[in-house]
Amino acid sequence: MSRFVINRVFWFIPTVLVLIALTFLILKFTPGSGVISAGTQSITDEQIEALEDRYGLNDALPVQFATYLRNIATFDFGESFQFRPQRVNDIIGRTFPISLQLGAMATAFAVVVGISLGVLAAVNQNGIVDYISVLVAILFYSLPGFVMGFLLILLFAVWLPGRGIDLGFNVGGLASWRDWVLPTVALGAAPLAQIARYTRSSMIDVLKSDYIRTARAKGLSERMTIYRHVMRNSLLPVITLIGPIFAAVATGSFFVEKVFNIPGMGPFFVESIIAKDQPMVLAVVLIYGVFLALMNLLVDIVYGFVDPRIRY
Amino acid sequence: MAQSQLHPAGATAVSPDGQVVLGGDGVGLAGLAERKLPKQRSLWGDAARRLAKNKLAVIGLFVVATLTFLAVFAPWIAPYGQSEVVDPRLARTGPSWQWPMGLDQNGRDIFSRLVYGARVSLTVGLVAEAIILVLGVTVGALAGYFAGKTDTLLMRMVDVVYAIPQILLVMIFLNLFGPGLQNIFIAIGLVGWVTEARLLRGQFLTLRESEYVSAAKVSGAGPRRLILRHMLPNSLTPLIVAATFGVPTAIFTEASLSYVGVGIMPPQASWGQMVGDASVAGYIQTAPHMLLFPVLAVGLTMLGFTFLGDGLRDALDVKGDR
Repeated sequence: MSRFVINRVFWFIPTVLVLIALTFLILKFTPGSGVISAGTQSITDEQIEALEDRYGLNDALPVQFATYLRNIATFDFGESFQFRPQRVNDIIGRTFPISLQLGAMATAFAVVVGISLGVLAAVNQNGIVDYISVLVAILFYSLPGFVMGFLLILLFAVWLPGRGIDLGFNVGGLASWRDWVLPTVALGAAPLAQIARYTRSSMIDVLKSDYIRTARAKGLSERMTIYRHVMRNSLLPVITLIGPIFAAVATGSFFVEKVFNIPGMGPFFVESIIAKDQPMVLAVVLIYGVFLALMNLLVDIVYGFVDPRIRY
Repeated sequence: MAQSQLHPAGATAVSPDGQVVLGGDGVGLAGLAERKLPKQRSLWGDAARRLAKNKLAVIGLFVVATLTFLAVFAPWIAPYGQSEVVDPRLARTGPSWQWPMGLDQNGRDIFSRLVYGARVSLTVGLVAEAIILVLGVTVGALAGYFAGKTDTLLMRMVDVVYAIPQILLVMIFLNLFGPGLQNIFIAIGLVGWVTEARLLRGQFLTLRESEYVSAAKVSGAGPRRLILRHMLPNSLTPLIVAATFGVPTAIFTEASLSYVGVGIMPPQASWGQMVGDASVAGYIQTAPHMLLFPVLAVGLTMLGFTFLGDGLRDALDVKGDR
């Protein structure tokens, strides 16, 4: 076990390093300098030169990379090209908590509703409940986040209010709790479907197993069998989905935040890509990449501890 | 597994009495011809029958066929050109008999633009998936066939790419190449191959231990022949299913990118970009038709491909949790 943990942690570092190097190189070879596209048209060549000097863009590439690595080690991502003199740290410090809150809510929603839906479907296998929940899962799974978001907006903020049924859902702003409902559903829909499908098939596998037949044979009620034996064993593998779910929520938030005008990290990232704001892009890629790699690492290790059958 | 039926003709086999039969054209063939053979059933025939029984899969097939038809015959179906302005004074007019889906913010016919948008979506989906297959199959086959150090090296590379959220990487590549249709499918292809590579590698690692591969190896088949004639044909079914899910993923990516404004550039019509144009604050309430139709187009396409993919996976009996 400890050997496995050490091995996984050992590979985590080169993965992150390659991630940093790759993004750094791609951005360096991207044509067009980020400092010029910063908005000002009446900028002289000397001023560009001065700006590039200030950001260290005229240094040799290895020197720039070394500086960059040193800054990352001290969690300093420098000054944004696009929003100067704001620092990348400040922008992320302002926007990341919003993204994190939305992501956490969407994940919680997906886990709770997804598992319930999956369990209901498996218990009523091939019944009407099963059929409906499978259909809902496919629907949620295949729709892109922004499509889901706009469908919700069209339904709850345009069509229903137009028919006199105003549930108070507005678009944009995060003033009341109602403003969080639609974005949470839009962002949570895809992972919800993933969890529901996985839970269903995992449950059905367990329901077919010998020890469930034993439990029923010894006279245990169906309810007790499901709670005591089936749920415990079938929900364990769902933990492995946590990695992909975080990935889905993190990337989905780019688009869902734009749909609902939420000032999270997503819209900033897209804007910085367009504006070639290198410090911003690098910082966001790094945060997401490291966050996801860390989650996957954690899931692997936790799963090893939780499931006694797994021995690395 | 159903794949064993795909055993390539011409492979070495051993008959029940221990005689080695080469290529199936052995001794008993003359006698065999006189006997009445049972009705032949191929893997593909069986799969097609199973697919036809699955209602959702048939719906999916219908959606995909309609999409293909619209894309191929776009200039004949669309009443207007993709950037043709009907009347700027009628901008944002709602649906009517004349313009069944209404006009957009510049007074262009939304139906015509959706039809041309089908072209963009399908092209991105198919070409990107083709690139993904070429790269993924090459890397996966090499890693799985040679195993050992080659495998470790290639798979480490795959793991790194896999760890980065794909759409993020696509955006960064797109930023490097610049926007536009061609660059979008190159970027999606360059990022998406890792999934297929992992899949094929897994298949190959199992297959290389199988008896018929050892038999082919013993009878002198080189790596090239082993991979192309024996191992690849037997990994075809999971690959087909993966590709059926890969096409909508690429369409999804293009639509999302165009929606945020880093994908297809105007005046070329793309569904995602139409959603982006329609979602400007004031329009959602006053001209919801501009938003509704492109959103439905993306949604229906994604559903169609998912239904078809799910059906194909069941029909071809491939394991997977997607």
